[in-house]
Formats: sequence, C-alpha cells, structure tokens
Amino acid sequence: MVHGEIWTLKEFFTYPNEYIYWTIQIVMYPFMTGLVAGAFVLSSLYHVFGVKQLKGIARFSLVFSFALLPVAMMPLMLHLQKPLRGIEVMLTPHFTSAIAAFGIVFSTYGMIVASELWFVYRKHFVESALALKAIEQRTPGQQFSYLLFSALTLGAYDIGHEAQESDERAVKKLAAAGIPVACFLHGYAGFIFGSVKANALWMTPLMPVIFICSAVVSGIALCILTYIITMEIRKFLAARKRQEYPELPSPEELKSAEANVVAMTARYLLMFMVAAITLELLDLVFRGYTAVKSWDILRSVIYERDFVSIFVVQYGLGNVVPFILFLLPGLTIKRAVLGTSLVLLGVFMMRWNVVIGGQAFSSSFSGFMHYSMPIWPETWETFREGLFGALMVVLVPFGLFWLLNKVMPVFKETH
Amino acid sequence: MTISRRNFCKKSLLIAGGLAIPLSALELFDPKRLLAEKNDGNKTRWVFLVDTHKCVGCGFCVKGCKVENEIPYDANVTRTWVERYVVTKDGTTHIDSPKGARDGFPTSSIDIGHGKFQEIRDEEIDKAFFVPKLCNQCDNPPCVQVCPVGATYQTADGVVLVDRKWCIGCGYCIMGCPYGVRFFHPVHHVAEKCNFCYHRITKGMQTACVDTCAFGARRVGNLKDPDDPVTKIIMTERVNVLKEEYGTKPQVFYLGLTKEVK
Repeated sequence: MVHGEIWTLKEFFTYPNEYIYWTIQIVMYPFMTGLVAGAFVLSSLYHVFGVKQLKGIARFSLVFSFALLPVAMMPLMLHLQKPLRGIEVMLTPHFTSAIAAFGIVFSTYGMIVASELWFVYRKHFVESALALKAIEQRTPGQQFSYLLFSALTLGAYDIGHEAQESDERAVKKLAAAGIPVACFLHGYAGFIFGSVKANALWMTPLMPVIFICSAVVSGIALCILTYIITMEIRKFLAARKRQEYPELPSPEELKSAEANVVAMTARYLLMFMVAAITLELLDLVFRGYTAVKSWDILRSVIYERDFVSIFVVQYGLGNVVPFILFLLPGLTIKRAVLGTSLVLLGVFMMRWNVVIGGQAFSSSFSGFMHYSMPIWPETWETFREGLFGALMVVLVPFGLFWLLNKVMPVFKETH
Repeated sequence: MTISRRNFCKKSLLIAGGLAIPLSALELFDPKRLLAEKNDGNKTRWVFLVDTHKCVGCGFCVKGCKVENEIPYDANVTRTWVERYVVTKDGTTHIDSPKGARDGFPTSSIDIGHGKFQEIRDEEIDKAFFVPKLCNQCDNPPCVQVCPVGATYQTADGVVLVDRKWCIGCGYCIMGCPYGVRFFHPVHHVAEKCNFCYHRITKGMQTACVDTCAFGARRVGNLKDPDDPVTKIIMTERVNVLKEEYGTKPQVFYLGLTKEVK
C-alpha cells in the first residue's frame, strides 16, 4: 500500500500520485506550537507589560509553555517517513526551505524559555537545595532532590535583595526577547503553509499573521482552562488539608482569586479572537472577490464539501458561541470552561480546515480528495497518523507539566 | 639558536612555497569564474518533448517506466502517466487516468473515482485526446527550494534528483510540486519522482518511456545542442508547457497542448 492511500478517498480527476500526505499530525503541529507561543505571550503580558491582573496566571503559563515545547516537535517526528533522519534538519539545514529554520528557531525559543524559568525559579531552587542540605540523614528520594536542586542552582546561591532584583530585570528582558521569537516560531509555521505556491488554499501572505493570532487565542484559552482545572483540584485539596496546615488559603479565597484571574484573562482572549477572526474573514472575502483561477474549486470546497467543519464547527461553535459566552455579563467558572473548550475546538478546526482542507482538492482543480482519519490503530502507520497518535500528542504535555510542577511549583503555597 | 645562510634560504623557500599552495587555491576557486563556467561551460540541458497528437494511450511508457525504475508494479503511484481528455458537446471536460494508464484505457467509460465509471456516448464527444505526463525538471524547481535537508537537488544538466539516503520523508516537496509528479516510494519510504532515467540518458541511452513508445510521442533531448532534433522542434515549432503561471520554468515541452489540459 502506498503511503496515504489507506485514508484517501478520491473523486473525479486527481493526479495518480496525489494523496492526503499531510494528515492529523500536521494538524497537531501548528496546533501545539500555537499553544506554546500563546502561553508564552500570555505570561509575557505580565512580565513585560506589567499587566498586574495576570500575575496569577503568568508563572503558570510560562511553565506550561515549557511543558508544551517538546511536544511541538512530536507530531513532526511521528509524521516523518524516516523519523531517525529528523536530526538532519539541524545538521544539514537547506536554508531556502522554510522547515530548515525549525531547528534554529525552536532551540532559540527553548533556550529563552528555559533561562527565563531559571531566573523566575532561582530563589526556589536555592531555598530547596539549602533546606535539603540541612537534613542530616537524607532518604534516597531526598538525596535525589538535593542533587537535582543543587544542580539547578548552577552554583548561584545568592538570593539577597539585590540579586533578586537583577533576576527580575533578567526575566523582563528575556520575556521581551521571547515575544518576537514566540511569534516567529509560530508565524513561521504559518509561513510553511503560506509559501506553498502549488497549493491554492494555503498560498497567502496573511497565513503567518493568521496563525500567530489564532495561536495566541488557543494558548490563552488552554491556560485559562488548565488554570481552572488546577484551581479546582487545589480547592478540593485545600478543603482537606486546611486542618493540618492552617496557613493555606481557604477554598473561598481561592475561589475569588480564580474568578478574578479568569475574568481578566478572558478579556485578552476576546481581543486576540477579534484580530484572528477579522484576518480569517478578510482572507476569505478577498479570495471570493478576486476570484482567480483556483476560486471555482476552492468555493466548492469551502462552501459545499467543508461547509460544516468550516462554518458550523470552526466559525459557529468555535468563534461565535464562545464570543457570546464571554461577552455576557457575570462570567462564571462553568461558562469559562465551556467557552475556552469551544475556543480550543475552533482553533483546532481552523488548523484542520487549513491542513486537510488544503489537500481536499486536486492540484489539477478537477477532482477532490477526502481524508478519512484512521481511528483504530491496526498498523504502526495508522497509529502514527491516526486518532491515537494525535491523542498521545495531546496528553504528553499534561504529563510533562505534572513533572515540571514538582520541580518548579506553579502555586508556591501548595503542599 | 644559530641559523646558517643555507638553512635560512631553504626554510624561506619552504615557507613561501607552503603559502603559495593555499593562495593558489583562492585563485582555483574564484567563485566568479566558477559561475561563468557553469553558465557557459555546460554543454547539456536535458529537456523532453511530448507530441500529444501521436499518443494513443496504450500505456506502454508507464509499464516500461515502472519496470525500469523499480516502482512496485501494482502500487498506485507512478513516475509517469497518461491522462485521457474527453470534451463533450456541453463543454464539459472529462479527465481520467486509471492506474496512471499502466494498462492503457481498457474501457471507454471515464473513471470518476470511488470505483465508479461514467459512460459517454460517442455522439456527445467533441474531441478526445491523450496527454502523457512526467516530471518537468523545472529550471526553478519548487521541490528543491522547499527540501529542508537538501536531499533533492538539481544537477548541472538540469535534472532534479532525490538522494534516497538523505531524504527524511517530510513530504514538503510533494506539497510544493504543482504537477503532482512526486510521491513516497512504497519500498524505500522516501520522496520519489521521474528523473528522465538519468542513469540511462547520461550513458547515451534513451529513457525507458521513450524506448517503449511505439508512436514517437515521447522524445528526450539536449537543449544546448542546436543540432539535436528535439531542440530544433522546440525552437522552430509552436510548443507549450504546463502551468507556466507558477514560475517554475518547466522543461517538458508539448506539441498540441490545449486549454483543457490540467
């Protein structure tokens, strides 16, 4: 069986070699990088622009962005026909290709986030290392933590007032440098698609900008959602642990803090949503108005074949409904959960409609291709480029976040 | 340490000689001269000429290509294929290429996918013809531009090749080709395409598809050679290329190409 044949249904005339070669993992790739970039931009709003209301979520989104980072690479590796050769992109980059920049942009961004995290958590590393050092008889677990935290301090044990102030300055600088890099990381994912002149749906200079805006939207939505989930867990734990540790915040305190952070962050979410939808609609209107050669087939894909996934799911459920949910006065946590989930669905569908929609028609403009996503993984190929491969990509960042949270506690006062 | 006059002269000469070697290398690798040589010195630019008037859609070229280039015979991918165009009186163009026309066109019905066929009555037909397709070996190849690792490249004589040992299989080149000539090789799992049978033409032979075409519809030639019969036709007759609007500068020339051809 030829790669792609198993999930491609062809209709009318398509070139013999045409199949859906870029599948669910290439939908996941911009979706995951979008979350990385969006989460980082959210944390930078506090660190750089001093948006005080976002303090509660800034640290959280920074750690989450770091947890998402390795996962942005996963879908690419799963999609490669020769995954073991993936490293060649770093070793012999061919710079006329948009993908070749991946190694450089990705590692630059990774280093910026890692160093920012180090400055943010340096005090915590030092305190933990010193506290563990003070213990005379360390258990193997404590010994491991001690070694880990002393390594993480990188030998800088000064946590005096001046040292901490310079840490803060460094965080600010790194966060400021990180914003353009995060935007570049994702804008360039848009460039990968936007620069393919052979694909009538992808080729538009707006693509990188559209990708950046929807990236920020999805990143903020995911941060709100995960923040709410962790706060709910904390409330549950706080109610149980308060007898033992009276210094912990009460569930009521947590609840009001949560509502405040969610309401503030939702405003920024709305702002970026407006920008994203405006650009997407501009692109659509422009294509219809100019109506070049490819418009006939694009129109039948957009308005007929993919009508439900574009206008009902992406724009309707993913944009209009959450917009109304957030604009209605008196935002409740339940409504925020529903709204952010729908926003995430909308952004995912936007990626789907770009990646899969762009391959829904033959480049002969005379036929169509339909992608039927493999559900049950019968072979390694249908796992990689099917539902379960995608689910794996979705779940890994939460596992990584759980691990990172052990070393870099997002909520300091938690026990 | 003392140094004799003889030794001084010997060592000076040695140093001067040693310096001269790398300096002469600078002269050897003068980029401007190299570029000039590339433009002028190259005596070959492989091109292809398809005469659509002569093609009968037998599919022997597809068969020959698959066997010669070891593309699994039953796999639904092929380096070259033949398209059938049937234009009916209502102005509709019906196109198909069942199995890339490996077995020719066994039925007069048009393959419309999903295993369905559309019957067209003879009296409805205005015109019908066949168009062989293969890699255009573009002068400005988008596939070479987008390859992230440089595994696909253009030779000095104009043919675009794929390094099977270096391709990572990302599929960006497949996406970047407006002609749909690229695919993943079912056995090697790397990008694959027509290369004008580079292993044959560089040894003075014809491509497999040219050799198997009994009607002379396919010809390969050298555009830099003014005496090449293919070059003469391209220079003197009204030839056309596919999808010029993409700026790829395709080098497969067609005689008898009409607006219906995709």
